Amino acid sequence: MIEVNQLTKRYGGKTAVDNLSFTVRPGHVTGFLGPNGAGKSTTLRMILGLDAPTAGTATVSGVPFRSHPRGLRHVGALLDAQQVHGGRSAASHLSALAVSNGIPRRRVAEVLHEVGLTDVARRRIGGFSLGMKQRLGIATALLGDPPVLIFDEPINGMDPEGVRWVRHLFRRLAAEGRTVFLSSHLMSEMENTADELVVIGQGRLIAAEPLHSFAARSSRIGVVVRTPQSAELVAVLTAAGATVEPDAERLTVTGLPAERIGTLAFDNRILLHELTTRTASLEEAFMRLTADSVEYLAGQPR
Amino acid sequence: MSAKVSASPLTSAVRVAEPPARFRDLLAAEWIKMRSLRSTPWTLGLITLFVIGSATLAAMADYNNFPRYSPESQREHMFSLHDAFPSTGYWTLTLVAVSMGAIAVVSEYGSGLIRTTIVAVPARGAVVLAKAVVVAAVWAVVGAVSASGSFAVSQAILAGRDAAISITDPGAFRAMVASALVAPVCALIGLGLGFLIRHTAATTAAGIFTLLVLPAFFSTSRRWSAELNHSMVLTAWQRLSTEWLPPSRPGYYVATITESWIVYAVWPLVAIVVALVVIRRRDV
Repeated sequence: MIEVNQLTKRYGGKTAVDNLSFTVRPGHVTGFLGPNGAGKSTTLRMILGLDAPTAGTATVSGVPFRSHPRGLRHVGALLDAQQVHGGRSAASHLSALAVSNGIPRRRVAEVLHEVGLTDVARRRIGGFSLGMKQRLGIATALLGDPPVLIFDEPINGMDPEGVRWVRHLFRRLAAEGRTVFLSSHLMSEMENTADELVVIGQGRLIAAEPLHSFAARSSRIGVVVRTPQSAELVAVLTAAGATVEPDAERLTVTGLPAERIGTLAFDNRILLHELTTRTASLEEAFMRLTADSVEYLAGQPR
Repeated sequence: MSAKVSASPLTSAVRVAEPPARFRDLLAAEWIKMRSLRSTPWTLGLITLFVIGSATLAAMADYNNFPRYSPESQREHMFSLHDAFPSTGYWTLTLVAVSMGAIAVVSEYGSGLIRTTIVAVPARGAVVLAKAVVVAAVWAVVGAVSASGSFAVSQAILAGRDAAISITDPGAFRAMVASALVAPVCALIGLGLGFLIRHTAATTAAGIFTLLVLPAFFSTSRRWSAELNHSMVLTAWQRLSTEWLPPSRPGYYVATITESWIVYAVWPLVAIVVALVVIRRRDV
């Protein structure tokens, strides 16, 4: 369980994180979403005790993370896969971390196997691709078998196979009852991974709710209908209480479900070429919600 | 590379109750970090050879020139101790030690590894101390091998002119200990500067400035200036590795032996205290 309470971080006059409160519960994969510069990484660093908040608190399993003398058994974190020394081998990197926390050395081989890096364990990290470094970072997070896992942009640089693997891993970790918190600036990454969402923009909370509620709340569900008899159908549907928006050769209908529209058309002998229920994609929902809080907007006067 | 989705549970089979946080685990971790870099054995080996080599060359020069020295010089052979601990070799040793002490820290800041380290060990002060102990121990060994090696080789050469000194001669043992310890003292200064400055180039420049350039600002002819000069590490090393100097008089001030040992102790202590303060206060 991660609890963030009225967390604020200011750098000089600039507020990176602004009075942020949310809770991340165990047993779920929770996505931490926001445009670039929204304050995600700063928030994660404060949760991990690396940065001191200007105000507010962040606790992991009820206590500030910094109060633990050793951390790996409490939280596993991947903040940035590049935060390794290129001159060391994967095995040495993990061994030093394991030993510092009194974790048996054989655990290193276990996590390397888990992330599929056994064959390159003795190779210098400097020669790893970003995807391999991400796997190494995930291995680091798993070392202490912790109840809470935090990943900052874990999917960056991974090939499609890696993405599939890592999604499966996150689900499995959550199913084991762990708290899994992962950040991303891309909604599409969350769509198939997260159950819960925490969305922020310009350091402020925009939404904290289950993914499906987020999608439902923010999407206008409509039905797209294509027919050669537009005028007749518009009259019928409007009479039935729907709102119809003509859109090129299609009609977008809101206020009636697809089944009802189909029945009405059939009863009135109106030919339909297409009848599609349209839900706004999560990406669209996310874009609309965060449009006001995007830090760096291309092509806008600054 | 293909992903292997293993069937084994993510939960480690070896999971046990959390053991107490032990400082020696941190020492072991820092030692793994240091020895797992290929540059470490190379740097340590080469600098040791360089120091011993510089003493060899100094002794060879006096060996070759010996017949041309005055009878008094030949009898006193004041050069013998200087040949064992020549400034060319030991100044280089101090520069390499201060740089490597700094790199042990700034390489973690440069790559961001320090964040991984601090998440693994939120007790930041303990990380600083563990690094300091490992760096000091490694450089103490390098210093001891270099100092005993350069003393042994140089005196073996000078023995051919019957101009060798023994380690039991006045000042010889003190000179050897001071020459061995100058390496860990400088490495710890580098470590402290690393935690303070956190950038590779700036830290190395600051280390070289502190050790080599700063003493040149102060003369030995005025009291206050001489006192500042005496508080420098290399001045202290020079004093401790010299058998005899004329006593202080107005216009010429010499540091005492005790003063010089205190300088050896205070610099690394201040460096570690500064490191402990800044790492606790700052965001990582």
